[in-house]
Amino acid sequence: MHELAITESILNIAETHARQSGAARVTAINLVIGRLSSVVDDSVQFYWDFVSENSVCKGARLNFSRLPARLLCQDCGTEFSLDGQLTVCPKCQSVHLKIISGEEFYVDSIEIETLEETSA
Amino acid sequence: MTYQRVPVVENIMNANDQVAQLNRRRLENAGVVAINLMASPGAGKTSLILQTIHSLAPSLRIGVIEGDTAPVTIDADKVLSVGMPAVQINTGGECHLDAVMVSKGLDALPLEELDLIIIENVGNLICPAAFDLGTHANVLIASIPEGDDKPYKYPNIYRGLQVLIINKTDLAPYVKFNMDYFRQGVEILNPGLITFPVSCTTGEGISAWASWIKEKVAAAKK
Repeated sequence: MHELAITESILNIAETHARQSGAARVTAINLVIGRLSSVVDDSVQFYWDFVSENSVCKGARLNFSRLPARLLCQDCGTEFSLDGQLTVCPKCQSVHLKIISGEEFYVDSIEIETLEETSA
Repeated sequence: MTYQRVPVVENIMNANDQVAQLNRRRLENAGVVAINLMASPGAGKTSLILQTIHSLAPSLRIGVIEGDTAPVTIDADKVLSVGMPAVQINTGGECHLDAVMVSKGLDALPLEELDLIIIENVGNLICPAAFDLGTHANVLIASIPEGDDKPYKYPNIYRGLQVLIINKTDLAPYVKFNMDYFRQGVEILNPGLITFPVSCTTGEGISAWASWIKEKVAAAKK
């Protein structure tokens, strides 16, 4: 349900950068989401069509890039990816782990169209 | 027409986080410590608030912000009935409080007359984790009957905590709950997390939690 608030926030960021770049239209928004972020792509996509109606982002494609969660064992130094459930270190069973990636959640870039006249 | 890729690299939660920073500064200027209390529905958020008030008032002046998805004032009424200022925020179906809602809640409380504000977030283990409210501590209540697998199923909320409260310890003899398995999950996500096992029914463990708050409030006054 918090995907609605998140989708509105994505729109605000995209609109601000589109304005600064003199965009006539935003064609795509590239998002980076770590595996540990509890965001559901489908929900964001669902809200997007409603939220972006009447904006410069209408019809823009949302591209989700999912980053894997990477953990580092503080005891034996093993680095491993988390695919399913949270686990102890696969090598030494330690619980002293550091999450080094997987919590990312940002707009990486937007793709825009500009009119020739305005850019000249 | 020309096509162009514009680099952005902006955190999606930025707008909320900026308002959260303003809330935090405002609280600090008033010398108030604020706690964001999160849990699933029925874990004992309101019970813990009432127990905390019972232990700390009147030596600490406490205000409460109650977040609810529906316009019911059951929780706020309980706090008002023990003589503490309480504000009800109806999130209008939203599953979490955000920094803007809390900012409005702060407007309705007499900040200069308070030492501590407890914010009862909406009962939910997913959405509240994403929104910084501008408080000084994120506190989660996990209750024994919910099961020992919650850190594994809801890792996000455990990541951002300063304190974990394990409530309903009085039910431990009747419920299958593997404390070692539970604590292992917590340790992976949030090493060394301060944890208070309590029972809001018997009052067991509440004094340790209350002492932690007292220290936090005393530190904020320095």
